[in-house]
Amino acid sequence: MSVTVVLPGTLRELNEGRPTLVLGGAPRTVAEALDALREAVPALHRRVVTEAGEIRQHINVFVGDTEIRRARGLDTPLEGDVELVILPAVSGG
Amino acid sequence: MPETATGHELDEGDLFLMVGTTKGAFLLRSDGSRRRWAIDGPHFPGEEVYALAFDQRGGRRTLWAAPGNPFFGTTLRRSEDGGATWSAPEDRPVAFPEGSELSLKRIWQIRPGPDGDPDRLYLGVEPSCLFESDDDGATWRPVRGFLEHEHREAWTPGGGGMCLHTILQDPAASDRMVVAISTGGVYRTEDGGETWQARNRGVRAEFLPDKHPEFGQCVHKVVHHPERPERLFLQNHWGLYRSDDWGDEWVDVANGVPSDFGFGMAMHPHDPDTVYIVPLESDQFRCCPEAKLRVYRTRDAGASWEPLGDGLPEGAYETVLRDALDTDTATPAGVYCGTRSGSVYGSATEGDSWTLIRAGLPPVVCVKSAVIGA
Repeated sequence: MSVTVVLPGTLRELNEGRPTLVLGGAPRTVAEALDALREAVPALHRRVVTEAGEIRQHINVFVGDTEIRRARGLDTPLEGDVELVILPAVSGG
Repeated sequence: MPETATGHELDEGDLFLMVGTTKGAFLLRSDGSRRRWAIDGPHFPGEEVYALAFDQRGGRRTLWAAPGNPFFGTTLRRSEDGGATWSAPEDRPVAFPEGSELSLKRIWQIRPGPDGDPDRLYLGVEPSCLFESDDDGATWRPVRGFLEHEHREAWTPGGGGMCLHTILQDPAASDRMVVAISTGGVYRTEDGGETWQARNRGVRAEFLPDKHPEFGQCVHKVVHHPERPERLFLQNHWGLYRSDDWGDEWVDVANGVPSDFGFGMAMHPHDPDTVYIVPLESDQFRCCPEAKLRVYRTRDAGASWEPLGDGLPEGAYETVLRDALDTDTATPAGVYCGTRSGSVYGSATEGDSWTLIRAGLPPVVCVKSAVIGA
């Protein structure tokens, strides 16, 4: 299995301009994937996750087409080859 | 013509005006005359910048900024070349510790520490806490006595958020500091931050059933002068006060102002009796009275206040927020204010007359000035 993080345009500069990032370590949940993201690119991680370990209020994280708050949150399982899509919400100002 | 963010070359005697907005920071430079300003920006386009500071201690020329946005959080960045280049922290330079269940929402204040301790800096953040660094901002930690304060659970957010926005230091005793939070009120330490005592006696809380609680007041800004550091001036959410004893007792000094509601407050750099405020009509309307933008000045420590309007707009529903009023250290002193409608006004005559420095910016939330080499 592999987990590919898909980044919004505004965060790609932190990934050398690339839109995707393949995570190592075969993470089994969203929480494990975010831990792997922190190891790989800390500057990306802190823009998605607060220091309390929560997804930022105005950030949505999707596993495939499912926003994880509508699934099992950080415990949402990752199975097979899967994309973890990070998108800013339509909120904000 | 679109502006660029290339920074400024700063020469001795230049005036440096740092303007934080909800959509980035703008840096303005003038020579000592303060007649013409060159503008540079936006820096951090799309990000709010509520806190800026220029640290000249120990020969530095370090510009600090706290850009952030509701999507990706806030961070702290520095420039050593007038904004030409900025640091890009890889990880979280400012973070609450594990187990606190708190996370950084916004940095409201960047405060260089005492002159004699040039590697020390402080931050006031949301949710209300004081952070300190003793290695020139390389690492930061929350001040434990404040993080774990027994009142924390009872503090609540004001309209802008639950912020620690004021940090005052006793130049003669580094263990004494005063901070202010909204809401929560004024707190003082005498032991370098180990313990903090509420210091709000006399300050009213118009929005609570008990108008004079020990703490819980919505203090908007506190200032003092280094020559008389024990004398504090306070702009409250309704109320204008002075304390002559580091906040032990507060007395009402709203003598002759059209409203004692307001946000910003600035100390004259050379005269400990002179303070500037911008009264706003009410906590509901939050615009200048009679649609006339007026800075008010006291020259007698609050016994009386005079309106200053020469050059300021009328027929204008303006708001000046808590960190958008500042003075410089030149002679005569300069005074600056930025409005929520995106205008920045300046006075090179201690407030007697004003000019529009720049209009058309995003909403201004922070104005800080520095005289280079002073």
